[in-house]
Amino acid sequence: MKKIKFKVDKHTLTPKHVKLSEKEKTQLFEKYHVTSKEMPKILKTDAALRELDTKPGDVVRIIRKSPTAGEAAFYRVVIDV
Amino acid sequence: MADIISEYEDRLPQKIIEDVKKNLQKGASDTKLRRIMEAVYEEYKNAKVHSGESVGLISAESIGEPGTQMTLNTFHFAGVAEMNVTLGLPRIIEILDGRKELENTMMEIYLKKHYATGKRIEELRQLALQIKETKLKDIATEFTINIADFTIEVKLDKEKMKEIELTLGKAMDAVSKQLKGYNIKDNKDSIILKSRSKEETFNETYKTKEKIKDIKIKGIKGISQVLPVKREEEFIIITAGSNLAEVLQLEEVDAYRTTTNNIFEIEQVLGIEAARQSIINEIFKVIESQGLNVDVRHIMLVADTMCVSGTLKGITRYGVVSEKSSVLARASFETPIKHIINAALVGEVDNLNSVVENVMINQPVPIGTGLPSLTVKVPQQKGKEK
Repeated sequence: MKKIKFKVDKHTLTPKHVKLSEKEKTQLFEKYHVTSKEMPKILKTDAALRELDTKPGDVVRIIRKSPTAGEAAFYRVVIDV
Repeated sequence: MADIISEYEDRLPQKIIEDVKKNLQKGASDTKLRRIMEAVYEEYKNAKVHSGESVGLISAESIGEPGTQMTLNTFHFAGVAEMNVTLGLPRIIEILDGRKELENTMMEIYLKKHYATGKRIEELRQLALQIKETKLKDIATEFTINIADFTIEVKLDKEKMKEIELTLGKAMDAVSKQLKGYNIKDNKDSIILKSRSKEETFNETYKTKEKIKDIKIKGIKGISQVLPVKREEEFIIITAGSNLAEVLQLEEVDAYRTTTNNIFEIEQVLGIEAARQSIINEIFKVIESQGLNVDVRHIMLVADTMCVSGTLKGITRYGVVSEKSSVLARASFETPIKHIINAALVGEVDNLNSVVENVMINQPVPIGTGLPSLTVKVPQQKGKEK
């Protein structure tokens, strides 16, 4: 059987991941009065980040499809393993 | 009209805005629309959870109470072919504990259009057989050891091999790749294995004989049963056993909809966010199949808690609870003495910031009206330095 390459971000279970710029990051932290320590985390080896160029400390916006809100944005900080 | 609605876009969730658009009467004037949007926003604000509300407790109650009515049966038949599915309370516990070894793993393989329409049943059946893992013992009729010259003879079932499109040569290739140090000979309906080392004992030959029974000849590792079924308008393949990483690479498979019920596998192959979504789906599926009614929000909260740290953590003393910063909170869950002794040895400090600790020492709890506290600004005295 032939094998094909599989793209993680196209799967129905995986929501869209977008890397935030430095400016957006500081705006986000100000808006919610948080530091990066208090944020939800995502490992830098996570399968969904494979195609994004992220390093520890970056913030990723995740656009989830939610049954209650339609679309909801969620944020995670990239951490070392 | 559109710009009045778009003013509210960052204040209201997308779904509410869509609902307004859908139900808006035609020809509504701008002033009317503005009043509607204002009323909707007011309603939305009132419906929000207040800060300091103990949502976790409400979730626990809301899932726990209907949970008492769930079946305790582990095994259920899902149609034909002896496929087992874990349902009811055992399955919920399995998911929430974040177990790595599941009782019954299962995959739902969606297929490309060519196979899914059901016009090519024979091809579909063939594909299913290609995916199923075939071990040497599945195509063999007999394993014998010749004591005189220490050879193992494996008699093969020609008809079974024909059914899965397997030739003797391919089977021999698979065996020789996975078994080092043996010479393989073709003998019409059987293959003969002989060790290359001359000083093999009978015991070793016997061990090899047992070992080669589990050699994978064909298919995908871990998939023990396949069952093509019709779901709604298309045909899919349901399997017992699961191997997401390899199935997703197959050309015939619609990789973007194929799933498994093993959440750890999803975490590894598709990432933590996919795992969160999968937890919600799996729990909701169980609750729905039992005819119960639990709001998704509660399940979403649980799934979020399990996934905040970036890896999947079960709600056990090794998972979520071990991340709590307070010693007393950890000790109040399970194995209190172990936690208290360890904390004493390390010299841990408990800042009493959370709920459980404060209940224990009879202090106001930081939830609801107990959350805000007073800060006093002390005026600086003149002439004095700090």
